[in-house]
Amino acid sequence: MTKRHIITLLVENHPGVLARVVGLISGRGYNIETLNVGPTHHPERSRMTMTVPGDDHVLEQVIKQLYKLVDVIEVSDLTDERHLNRELVLVEVAATEEKRAELVQLAGMCDAVVISVQDESLTMELADTRNRVADFIDLLKPYTILDLSRSGVIAVSRPE
Amino acid sequence: MTTETRTGADCVIEGLREAGADIVFGLPGGAVLDIFSKLYHADDMKLVLVRHEQGATHMADGYARATGKVGVCLVTSGPGATNAVTGLATAYMDGIPMVCISGQVPSHMIGNDAFQEADTTGITRAVTKHNYLVHNADDLPRIFAEAFHIASTGKPGPVLIDIPKDVQRAATTAAATPAVNLAGYRPQSGYNPEQVKQLADAINTAKRPLLYTGGGVIAGNASAELTALAHKANIPVTTTLMGLGGFPETDPLALRMLGMHGSMTANLAVGECDLLISVGARFDDRVTGRIAEFAPTAKKAHIDIDPSSINKSVAVDIPVVGHAKDVLAALTDLVDTRERGEWVEHLSEQKARFPLAYDEKTEELLPQYVIDMVYKVSNGEALIVTDVGQHQMWAAHFFKYTAPRTFLSSGGLGTMGYGLPAGIGAQAAFPDKNVVVLSGDGSIQMCFQELVVAVEHGWNVNTVILNNGHLGMVRQWQEMFYGKEYAGSVLKQEDRPANEKMPPQANDEFLPDFVKLAEAYGAIGVRVTCKEDVVPALEKAFSTKAPVVIECIVKEEENVYPMVPPGASLDETILSMV
Ligand SMILES: Cc1ncc(C[n+]2csc(CCOP(=O)(O)OP(=O)(O)O)c2C)c(N)n1
Repeated sequence: MTKRHIITLLVENHPGVLARVVGLISGRGYNIETLNVGPTHHPERSRMTMTVPGDDHVLEQVIKQLYKLVDVIEVSDLTDERHLNRELVLVEVAATEEKRAELVQLAGMCDAVVISVQDESLTMELADTRNRVADFIDLLKPYTILDLSRSGVIAVSRPE
Repeated sequence: MTTETRTGADCVIEGLREAGADIVFGLPGGAVLDIFSKLYHADDMKLVLVRHEQGATHMADGYARATGKVGVCLVTSGPGATNAVTGLATAYMDGIPMVCISGQVPSHMIGNDAFQEADTTGITRAVTKHNYLVHNADDLPRIFAEAFHIASTGKPGPVLIDIPKDVQRAATTAAATPAVNLAGYRPQSGYNPEQVKQLADAINTAKRPLLYTGGGVIAGNASAELTALAHKANIPVTTTLMGLGGFPETDPLALRMLGMHGSMTANLAVGECDLLISVGARFDDRVTGRIAEFAPTAKKAHIDIDPSSINKSVAVDIPVVGHAKDVLAALTDLVDTRERGEWVEHLSEQKARFPLAYDEKTEELLPQYVIDMVYKVSNGEALIVTDVGQHQMWAAHFFKYTAPRTFLSSGGLGTMGYGLPAGIGAQAAFPDKNVVVLSGDGSIQMCFQELVVAVEHGWNVNTVILNNGHLGMVRQWQEMFYGKEYAGSVLKQEDRPANEKMPPQANDEFLPDFVKLAEAYGAIGVRVTCKEDVVPALEKAFSTKAPVVIECIVKEEENVYPMVPPGASLDETILSMV
């Protein structure tokens, strides 16, 4: 079955790790839809989260191959497991004075925050699940989106 | 614990010594001169100067396959490293333990397109088990310890260490014997006894079990355990190309090789068995044929050290992750002694009906005959190293391998040019063994220059070139599947298609002249053109204390059979074209 897989990795914080992981996946012809890397509470370890669309069987192989990388300590496919995920989006929308109030209201309804106001635009942020971030962006489509940056999903497994 | 001050290059020699490496195949250049200077003073280490870095990697590989130890090669930055890529990929595909050290431009110049700079760790990432770009000389002792550990444990493979010149020259006081602590590298140890029990039960209830064994039996030194299991439970054994020698082919239970050019008996047995037990083999497409019809009625078990190998291309019923040696020994304890008379007899009949055979009566000099004679004249005791092509398959058919590490061949990557340097590496490890390289007139030209290395060191490797005037395996495919459109596969001038013809040459009968070429490198060259001369030439070569190259002018249009046409299933194995 093909679906979007959320894969998290705990890796050694070594130069080149990112290239190894990405190379392994892209070298097999799979597209990494989102990718996020950051430090963890352990100074020598980093956490990577990525979303990769693909067939279950194929992703199982990819995960086994990822495990073979010497710098990869742990790999989990959280797709079918209890987990928590968040994505951050920063979006700048054209906003003349008369549109401002409307946009601020919309942001409020979606739990987004206005983080900067310019003469001709507003910049908002929203940290929420992947789907709600996507919904928020859809709601903004009738306005003019000037710039947009999404962090990609980050995820942790959720204990029972 | 050493804490005395020394340089990074000292640590390289120290790291090799710690790992027990005493032979290095290499070729110098600006970015590795500091290491070569240290080798100059390392009396306990042999430096073998190759003539092309591909040769260095294949020699290290041949040395590793013949001994089971880690092979070591040393190359310079840029072109030295890129020349090593084919040999790394060859070793990677076949799971061969190797450490390749490459020089790199000084750290501060990396990324500047400096002279002879290449992104070596980037280029080799996909063809090594792991690689390192060393930033600090203090890390070298640890990296060397890790590299040898990674190369030789789990499913073995090549590891590359790229060392910038300034790191080679930098001073360090790092301890010489650091602890290896790799959080992300935990090669399989032990096995799941439940799975082994399940497999033993399956064997005990199976009527027609079949062992299908690969390179993992060789790498895992599990031949004795495999033989014990097969004998106790009377399970017939078929091996992959990589598995040849893992089970004695002279044994009554041996069905010989399976797959695209496997024996009829082995290929049919796969379709007939009710339990297929794969040991250290990876269901390669050259083995399985059309995957959906591979052993369709059998329950499938897979013993492998590498979890990613399991369920990769074939779904298995009983997976067992573990060392072949341990798992097979445990299985042998648990299985019942069984006759399986009907199954074993049926397969013996099949073997008698479909022997791996060639026309022994013909006057013509057939390539198969030459290999058969290599087998007979050497009393089956030669260490055979092959190149890639038809001769490689005939080497699998007409020599019977009875011990592990006596058949070395590039199975996974299929690298033409592998044979001679790998043979030299094997001969370096065992100067007194009868190492015979079986090659084709195409393959041999890819690394022929390394012959001089054998001559220089007095390694008496024998090379038999089966000259069929063609890139024979390519010609066979063109004949069978491409309407005889022999583009690019004809080596002999006179037979070439019109647009590949050249003006007549002074000597286009033997172009190149392999005998002269051998002599130019200081070896002995012999040309054999008729059947009667083969045995005397081999006898002479095997008793001569010098590298001998025997060029046999063999029949041009001979094809390798049996064959499973590409995309067909093993049941559709054909014995000839008609
Ligand atoms: C480096 C490399 N290039 C191309 C091939 C494709 N190839 C496979 S077999 C073969 C022909 C080999 O010819 P030869 O060495 O003369 O052996 P023969 O098949 O005639 O025994 C070729 C070109 C290969 N395996 N390796």
